[in-house]
Amino acid sequence: MPANDVMFFRNAENIAAEIPDGAFLGLPPDYSMPAMAVVHALIRRNAKNLKLLGVPVLGLSADLLIGAGCVAEVESSAVSLGEAGLAPRFTEAAERGDIRIRDATCPAIHGGLQATEKGVPFMPLRGVIGSDLVALRPDWKIIENPLKEKDPILLVSAIQPDIALFHARWADEAGNVWIGRRKELATIAHASRRCFVTYEEKRPGDMLEDELLAPGVLSSVYVSGVAQAERGAWPLSVAGLYGIDDAHLALYAKAGKTKEGFLGYLEEFVWHRTPKKNSSPARSGA
Amino acid sequence: MAPYAKEELLACTLGRLIGDAGHVAVGAASPIPATAAFFSKASCNKKLRISLLHKRAGNPFTEGSRELFDLAGQGRIDVFFLGGAQIDGEANINLVQAEGKRFPGSFGSAFMYFAAGRTILFREEHSRRVLVPKVDFISAPGWSAPEVERRGGPQALLTGKALFSWQPDMRRFRLESVHPGVTAEEVRENTGFEYDAAQHAPETAPPTHEDLKLLRGPVASEIAENYPDFARRVWNMAL
Repeated sequence: MPANDVMFFRNAENIAAEIPDGAFLGLPPDYSMPAMAVVHALIRRNAKNLKLLGVPVLGLSADLLIGAGCVAEVESSAVSLGEAGLAPRFTEAAERGDIRIRDATCPAIHGGLQATEKGVPFMPLRGVIGSDLVALRPDWKIIENPLKEKDPILLVSAIQPDIALFHARWADEAGNVWIGRRKELATIAHASRRCFVTYEEKRPGDMLEDELLAPGVLSSVYVSGVAQAERGAWPLSVAGLYGIDDAHLALYAKAGKTKEGFLGYLEEFVWHRTPKKNSSPARSGA
Repeated sequence: MAPYAKEELLACTLGRLIGDAGHVAVGAASPIPATAAFFSKASCNKKLRISLLHKRAGNPFTEGSRELFDLAGQGRIDVFFLGGAQIDGEANINLVQAEGKRFPGSFGSAFMYFAAGRTILFREEHSRRVLVPKVDFISAPGWSAPEVERRGGPQALLTGKALFSWQPDMRRFRLESVHPGVTAEEVRENTGFEYDAAQHAPETAPPTHEDLKLLRGPVASEIAENYPDFARRVWNMAL
């Protein structure tokens, strides 16, 4: 992978323009800061044939992209809206056979990315043997433990997304981003060829020089480009800054049940560039 | 009408199943198991450590969501909960697809069912659609051949009608109790798999006044933070 200079983009649209059709996109779950502003921008630019990797599951971001026709394939341990229920566009697309699905289980996805982090071809994983998932995955293999007799164990292939995409609380002038405890974001970034991040606020200087912030920092060595997007995870949350907009998720879960309802949702919240974000009460100040 | 909500009965029953575990973890979208965990801690198991995967503030995981699976792999999770779009008589669970219908997916079940010390199966719907002779897809198997390393497996299955225990030697469920207002015949009629049962299954113990005080007080406020819709629905909490 090439050494990188972090690009500072003007906005989420510029990041969407960096993500080519057909890209294999590593995405966080709804509780771990999806870059929703870029998801909206991908829909507006009519992205096609994306392959989504859920690390380890997906929710609203994937459902919007699937409903808008941007997705050819989903690899995930699950796709759902959590307490708001089934992911309606994913469910319909899966039942109609409109998208390919590579079903997984959470630690197999984490393990596959960790293999890429270490530059090794596979990672062993306990459990899973006897699950019908194994037969669906030519890239998983059960072998005999070479170090012990009569001990079958599963190997999962390394996973390398083309692009890691997520949101973060801060970026700094050096191109570092602060992800706090959401370390799956670091794993996705380490394993991906390129990594694009939207952020809430820009900090002056270099966060790596701050002893308290540094442990939550993803170093700029992994970051290809950043762009500011205030409330860029909405209607999902940025811990400590704003909470999940549960009312909006419920509204989406209902609207997304039909194609017409979904198109109406896009019209109201996605096609125009200033979505209504007034139903999200922030739980704490910045 | 019973002086308690169905959800309260289920949470109390799950809470008793947690027993003297040291560490219980709760996965995605599981308000009743989460309620059970906090109820267990509030009532009898004061030292219980509870790790909610999706805790919104003060999330216990600082290494990302893989940490739950790493903890389980190390043997640090004593009790976990799993559900199923289908569950069969051999305790196999299906979270993927059945009869043309697509469900969210297997989540971490294919690993956690092996790695957690014990797993409590929970599915509120008790019907032949859910409790089937054989699942259409095995997300996670209820048992494994002896050469496959496996720390834990099913402990029990709780539904909206009854509690079954798991008999590992026979690989069969056994009806332990039926919930108030439900008959053993009704359970038999609505269960698609074979199971053992005593001649007269007792009634599932309903929550006591003390239990309800805990549930509606300290437990409800813990739950409201992470499952606001559930807290609103069950306890009418204004959030």
